[in-house]
Amino acid sequence: MTFHGGTEAETVAAGLAAAASRHLGGPATIEGLRRESGGASRQTWSFDAVVAGERHELILRRDPPTAGGREKASATSLDRPTEFGVLRAAFKAGVRAPEVLFQTGPSDGLGEAFVMRRVGGIAIARKLLRDPPYAEARQKIASQLGEIAARIHAVDTAQLPPLPHREAADQVAALRTALDSLDQPQPVFELALSWLDRRRPAPTGRPLLVHGDFRTGNYLADETGVTAILDWEGAHLGDPIEDLGWVCVKSWRFGSVDKPAGGFGSREDLWTAYRRAGGTEIDPARAHWWEMFGTVRWGVICLTQAWRHLSGSVKSMELASIGRRAVETEVDLLQLLKEAH
Amino acid sequence: MAQDRPTASELLIAIADFLREEAAPALDRSDPRLGFQMRVAVNSLAILEREWRLAPEADSRELMRLRKLLGRDGTLAELTRELARQLRSGERDETDAELMAHLEATTNDKIAIANPKWK
Repeated sequence: MTFHGGTEAETVAAGLAAAASRHLGGPATIEGLRRESGGASRQTWSFDAVVAGERHELILRRDPPTAGGREKASATSLDRPTEFGVLRAAFKAGVRAPEVLFQTGPSDGLGEAFVMRRVGGIAIARKLLRDPPYAEARQKIASQLGEIAARIHAVDTAQLPPLPHREAADQVAALRTALDSLDQPQPVFELALSWLDRRRPAPTGRPLLVHGDFRTGNYLADETGVTAILDWEGAHLGDPIEDLGWVCVKSWRFGSVDKPAGGFGSREDLWTAYRRAGGTEIDPARAHWWEMFGTVRWGVICLTQAWRHLSGSVKSMELASIGRRAVETEVDLLQLLKEAH
Repeated sequence: MAQDRPTASELLIAIADFLREEAAPALDRSDPRLGFQMRVAVNSLAILEREWRLAPEADSRELMRLRKLLGRDGTLAELTRELARQLRSGERDETDAELMAHLEATTNDKIAIANPKWK
């Protein structure tokens, strides 16, 4: 372990011991602290807090205190206190999501951070889609995603912290703005955005909680199927069908292209389970609109990620290489446009 | 000035093979995160090899199509910018068969370089 890594782990352990002692009812010992994969600016750590002989298996979500030269947070991404509030409301409403326990304080030195209970399962799509232990889970995941989406969309919005409200028109405009900030014209994305703009669904009468990044890779699953929906930082109020379109974007099938619902089942499997769990009847044209929108969105994200490297704000070969994935969505968009005729 | 062999393509393939078969497994044993990064690098080298082989002809085909489609001359960058402008303004849309043929051909050439296995 590098000197820097050791120092950071020690800082995190000390901050966690202080915060856990306040919130878990007595002096806490921190054990097994380790950094999970994730970005430099948004960290996830796994640890156990032992209080009076009782072991709590926990996760820390953390934005470290801002250091000079750090990138500014994305405009569409929630800060940690808001994410904490959304997770708390979702868990209370019965959504399969991690149970958040407490936020850390300024004196803990952890930056903006909160602690939640650790949930079993893995998020790695390639394993969930191919490895033998998950054979039975694979039969269930599409329906489970439909049920969970219905629960998310049923969360009482009065229980949520203030969230951005983004309808279809706002989202199309945001992608055009993102394209304009790149010095590279994108005819296929422009065509798709104009198509979407002309056919955009009417604003929702009553905007609902939208997860915003509801897809394979962003939930944990074990042999029994989905255990928890993660990555709530894109949550907003808007059209719930956005989540059902996004989970079907071809890039989130990870090679199982004939199973649109996250690589695990048909759109109908997803929609039927959604309706049975109290969701609305799905208008296929509206779902297709959001799937097409999601496909452009992922393509634009690929370019935006590459531009984080190209602009010099982060040096990352991995981010740079994502730019060359944008064309995958151009292939998919031309296909979706053909199917729409 | 013609370079001696290996050609750029041959050299890129030799580097990628070495990194994939020898360097990446060693990294996986010592630091899996670096092993992952190495596979990303190997994938990018494969893109460069295909680009070196395929891009010159693909670019000239794209330029010819764009000149015909837009009825004017210009560089690939200028004409692509003009096409993007026309698509945003709605001057052209998906009902234009020549446009769609151009976008399909361009996208096919791009994916053949970036990720030929994509389907």
